[in-house]
Amino acid sequence: MPTETGNDIDRSTRLALYRSQLEIRLLEKRAYDLFLQNLVKGTSHLSLGQEAVAAGFAVAMRKDDYTYCTYRGHAHTLARGAPMVGVLGELMGRSIGLMRGKGGSMHLTSVEHGAMGSYAIVGANLPVAAGAAWSAQLRGTGQVAVCFFGDGATNIGAFHEALNLAAVWKLPAIFVCENNLYMEYTPIRSVTAVEHPAADRARAYGLDPVIVDGNDADAVYRVARASIARARQGGGPSLIEAKTYRHSGHSRADPGKYRPAGELEEWMKRDPLALYRKRLLDLDFGEAPLKDIEKAAQHAVDEATEAAKASPPAPLEEIERDVWDDGGSSWRN
Amino acid sequence: MAELTYREAVAAGIAQEMERDERVVFLGEDVGAAGGVFKSTVGLLERFGPVRVRDTPISEQAIIGAAMGAAMTGLRPIAEIMFSDFFAVCWDMIANEIAKARYMSAGQMSLPLVIRTANGAGSRFGAQHSQSVENWAMAVPGLKVVAPSTPADVKGLLAAAVRDPDPVIFFEHKGLYATKGEVPDGELVDCLGTAKVLRQGSDVTLVALAAMVPRALQAASRLQNEHGISATVVDLRSLVPLDTRTLLAETGKTGRLYTVEENPRLCGWGAEIASIVAEEGFYDLDGPVVRITTPHVPLPAADALEDNAVPTVERIVRTVVRTAG
Repeated sequence: MPTETGNDIDRSTRLALYRSQLEIRLLEKRAYDLFLQNLVKGTSHLSLGQEAVAAGFAVAMRKDDYTYCTYRGHAHTLARGAPMVGVLGELMGRSIGLMRGKGGSMHLTSVEHGAMGSYAIVGANLPVAAGAAWSAQLRGTGQVAVCFFGDGATNIGAFHEALNLAAVWKLPAIFVCENNLYMEYTPIRSVTAVEHPAADRARAYGLDPVIVDGNDADAVYRVARASIARARQGGGPSLIEAKTYRHSGHSRADPGKYRPAGELEEWMKRDPLALYRKRLLDLDFGEAPLKDIEKAAQHAVDEATEAAKASPPAPLEEIERDVWDDGGSSWRN
Repeated sequence: MAELTYREAVAAGIAQEMERDERVVFLGEDVGAAGGVFKSTVGLLERFGPVRVRDTPISEQAIIGAAMGAAMTGLRPIAEIMFSDFFAVCWDMIANEIAKARYMSAGQMSLPLVIRTANGAGSRFGAQHSQSVENWAMAVPGLKVVAPSTPADVKGLLAAAVRDPDPVIFFEHKGLYATKGEVPDGELVDCLGTAKVLRQGSDVTLVALAAMVPRALQAASRLQNEHGISATVVDLRSLVPLDTRTLLAETGKTGRLYTVEENPRLCGWGAEIASIVAEEGFYDLDGPVVRITTPHVPLPAADALEDNAVPTVERIVRTVVRTAG
């Protein structure tokens, strides 16, 4: 078993993991700032504190693999390589947005980067990911589908339907539960029959329970690498529970007052970014490459922000575009 | 020209498309080894094998979700939902996910898939296995909605649905599965969004769908023979896209429009038809548009109750005679 500082992860991979986490962190902070400036409307569900899960998987994935995420999907979409300006532009309803303002924060999609949609109905993305995995299996491409969802999704029917189907059909799908302890405002333990909402259900589908420290990018990466390799080789699906914590509330509207005193502070000591930076320094990466990444990431976020602000609002013609494959929305002759 | 039953035409349509395009796959409950609970997919598993014809667990969300994921990644799936009533347990997948994916992604993905289902009354199954829910699907932007009335239309429209780049909800009528009709030999591909004028008359226009089409035709014969009323009968075949051109033209020729609908009264498809004709064909009308529907009740199970809840030939005739003046 590789140790925390083991050499089973090469240097460039570790730098990629740091860069990905940092880009997510800075972009999510910027999204929050833009909310406060009323430049981003609606709602948004940030992944602050959960960056290691998105980075750990995205870095382990092949370019043509599929990602399926939820309404808390900025991190995963960005981690697959979607442009920052497309993400921020979409949040701001600009024509430069990934979906030209038609999806918004909860539906980020970038098909060319394998980000196959963000699904805002809890649990809905699991059966769809199973379908993409089925398609990959039939087409014999070796692709895998990685599906992210929250702890709350483990109590909805679609979760169980998808897990069973994926197991029976031995689909190349990896189901990743980001257990951040709360389903919206309610502690997950108070509404779930088992202690580990995903892992304790794995046996019901003939799968091994896997729990990983979701705040440790190396640990996530190792689990991702192993489960993806297994899926590619025809070994079937995996169900992984990543223990993590969101630093902010459920959504923009939630100050997170239901959290017991001191809980956030305890988790802040295990902030994935701080933890990983220290790891890299302990591994003698030195400050210089880290500072280069930090500077470049901040610059990229600033530049994307300006470009998104400069982009015009999505044009009104978009209202009636893209219902059908012919680009229009006509329902009659 | 061969005579096929409506159920045989389903299998023939699927087989024609699976033969033509290896991306076409088929999944659902009891569709393979059992050949479908209505025996509408007999022989497909033997012909195309278990990789392309998949029996699934009773997991409607997984079935429809799998079809969606497969469609956005290069396959052209046909999914079966055994009874259209079961749409209610996978409506998130159909109405929230499939119908909106193309729009929300600004056209980044297309979903070329077909969801087939057995719709409608007449089998004494009671209120949870007998509904006509085509109006549910019609109400959601992003879904095409087709409901054939003859074996030839089943095969041709199913082929068109499979080839269509958008999601199509394909309503087969369980009361029609045993009916027979001529189906042209060789490849048959119809066109979505086209109504058919099955009988040309001069006094009234009856617009019907699926199992109401043969009833409208029988009613038209009786109206002619017993009451001297000459009726046009239009089979809509498709609710989305809707052939409003044929609808308005045929209404204009007689000046009287009757819709014959199996769905319960409120927000049935005929209400939309009446609204279109009121807006765009008002000055061609010689009297009010009349809707002949199932009353706004869940469907009862017993023979006479079910038979008399849904529009009967007798009720169509009576209604027209009473109102046509």
